[in-house]
Amino acid sequence: MSVQHAAPAMTHPKGVKAAIKKALGKKLLRLDEAHGEIAVHVATDKLNEAMVALRDKCEYQQLMEIAGVDWPDRDPRFEVVYCLLSMTKNHRIRVHVATNEDIPVPTVTDIWPVAGWLEREVFDMYGVLFDGNIDLRRILTDYGFAGHPQRKDFPLTGYTELRYSEEEKRVKYEPVELAQDFRSFDFMSPWEGADYILPGDERAPADKGGKK
Amino acid sequence: MSLTIEKTPTTGDEVIENYTINFGPQHPAAHGVLRLVMELDGEIIDRIDPHVGLLHRGTEKLIEHKTYLQALPYFDRLDYCSPLAMEHSYVLAIEKLLDLEVPERAQYLRVLFAELTRICNHMLNLGSHVMDVGAMTPNLWMFELREDCLNFFERASGARMHAAWFRPGGVHQDVPLKLLTDIGDWIDSRLPELFDDAISLVADNRIFKQRNVDIATVSKEDAVKWGFSGPMIRGAGIPWDIRKSQPYDVYDRMDFEIPVGTKGDCYDRFMVRVEEVRQSARIIKQCISEMPEGPICSDDRKISPPKRAEMKQSMEALIHHFKLYTEGFHVPEGSVYVATESPKGEFGVYLVSDGSNKPYRCKIRPTAFSHLQAMDMMCKGHMLADTTAIIGAIDVVFGECDR
Repeated sequence: MSVQHAAPAMTHPKGVKAAIKKALGKKLLRLDEAHGEIAVHVATDKLNEAMVALRDKCEYQQLMEIAGVDWPDRDPRFEVVYCLLSMTKNHRIRVHVATNEDIPVPTVTDIWPVAGWLEREVFDMYGVLFDGNIDLRRILTDYGFAGHPQRKDFPLTGYTELRYSEEEKRVKYEPVELAQDFRSFDFMSPWEGADYILPGDERAPADKGGKK
Repeated sequence: MSLTIEKTPTTGDEVIENYTINFGPQHPAAHGVLRLVMELDGEIIDRIDPHVGLLHRGTEKLIEHKTYLQALPYFDRLDYCSPLAMEHSYVLAIEKLLDLEVPERAQYLRVLFAELTRICNHMLNLGSHVMDVGAMTPNLWMFELREDCLNFFERASGARMHAAWFRPGGVHQDVPLKLLTDIGDWIDSRLPELFDDAISLVADNRIFKQRNVDIATVSKEDAVKWGFSGPMIRGAGIPWDIRKSQPYDVYDRMDFEIPVGTKGDCYDRFMVRVEEVRQSARIIKQCISEMPEGPICSDDRKISPPKRAEMKQSMEALIHHFKLYTEGFHVPEGSVYVATESPKGEFGVYLVSDGSNKPYRCKIRPTAFSHLQAMDMMCKGHMLADTTAIIGAIDVVFGECDR
C-alpha cells in the first residue's frame, strides 16, 4: 500500500521485527504494526529487562516520551506508552505496558535519566506508580493538588477554583461554581452517536425494531 | 539549629552551611514562570530542583473534549514563540491516521512557513540569550526581524501569532500574491543585513564568550541519555535533524545543511542556532522558487471544508461546511506518534483515536521538558550567574513545557 500522507517518512530497517522478537523473547506479549508504526506490548514486570534489551541489542538509544492512556473499560485500566528512537537505524518504536493504580510499573530511570520527569508526569496525570523512581512527586499540577486530572472520570472543570481575595489579601481555593452547567455536545449524527431517549422512543423499544 | 561561635573565632571554627534560594517564578531571565530551588555553596551551584507546571492549563485534557479541528488552535498556544511549528506535528499526525494526501503547493507553503517560524523563534531566543548575559543592542535589532516575520504571518493567516493556519489536508487559505515576493526580498536584503550586524556584535565578543564558552558542557552520551533534541543535541555534536533523517512534507527536496557544535557548551548551542537561521533562509528561497501553482488543501470534502464562494452555489458544499464545523470529521481507530523538528527540538504528538470525532488522547511531547530536567546535571559546579546563560541556551518556553 502506498503512503499518501506527508508525515515524517520512516522505513523499517530490514528484519527489524524479527530482531525485536529475538531480543525480547518471552517478554514480548504482542507486536502490532499499524499506520507504519511498530508497537511492542511487553509484560509489565519485565519492562526493565525488555528496555535494556531494546537499547543494547536493537540500538534504540533514546527515550523520547512516556505517555499514559486511560481506558476505563479495560482491565487493567491504564496503558503506559514509551516512545523510543534509534538514531543509528533512524527508526522509532513504541513500547506499551498495561497497568492499574495498584500495580507499579518498574522505573526506567536507571536506563534513561530522562524518564524521571516523564514518569512523574504520568504519575501526576493518571496516578500510575513507578517502582524505583526515587523522586515520584507531582510535577505539573498545583502544590497540594488532589486527584489525577487526565483520568477519563475526572471532570474537565476540575473540583476547585482559585481567586485572589482582596479582603484577605491572599489566593483562596474554593469549590468550582459554574454559572451554567458544563455542556458537552457530541454533534454525532443520531444514527451513531445518540444515547439519549427522545419522547416517543419508548413506544418502539429497540428489541422491536426501534432505536436501541 | 543553634550555632555556637567562640568568642575569639579562629579560621576553620565557623560552620558555613549551604543555603537555598528561589530563582523565579517571576524572574526576567527565567523566560517565563520557572521556579528553580537552588542549593548554593557560596556562589557555586550544588543542586537545582526545577519546579515547572506553573503555566499548566490542561491543554491535553481540553483537546480530548474538542473535535480535531477545534483542538488545533490550542497548539498555537503551546510554544507561542513558534506557533506554526506546533501545528505542524498535530496536522501531520491527523493526516497520518487518515492517510490523507496533501497537495504539493500546501506542502511547500507549510515548509516555507515552518522555516519562517524557525527564524522568528531563533530571533527571540538569540536576542534574549544575548540580553541575559548582558548585551542590549542585538536583541533590539533581532526583534525588528521578528516583527517582520509576524507581519508575514499576519498577511498569510490574519493573525500575528496564533495563526491556526495549518489544517488537516493543507493550509487554511492561499497566500496573497505579493507576499511570496516580499518574503523573497526580505530574505535577500533585510534579514542578512540586520542579522549579520547583530551577530557580529556578539559572536566574537570577549564578554559574550567569557559568559558562554565552556558553560554547561554536555557530552554526546549525556545528550542521548537525557533525551536531548534539536539545537541542544546538535550543539553536543550529534548531527541529528528530523527534517533530514525522517523528512516530512517537501523537506526531502530541500537542500540544506545541519550545523553541529564541537564542545557542547552554551556558545555552541548559540552558534548552531545562528547557522540554522541562515539554513532556514536557504530553504525559504528554494520553496519560493520551486513552489507550484495548484490547490492549497485536500479536495476530500469529508475532511477539508469547501471555499465560501462554492457554498453560495452548491447545496452539497453547504452541507459539508455545516457538518465539518459542527460534527467534524471522524478519524479511524489507531494511534500514531508523529514528531517534527520544531525550532526548539523534537516536538511530538502521540495521538490516539477511537474512531470518533474527538481525539481520545493527545499526548504532547514538549521539547523543554527533557532539557529542563537536565538543568541539575548541567549547572552543577557552575556559578549562580551562569544559570541565566544556561536557561537562555536551552530555549525554554513555558507554554509548551507546562501545557
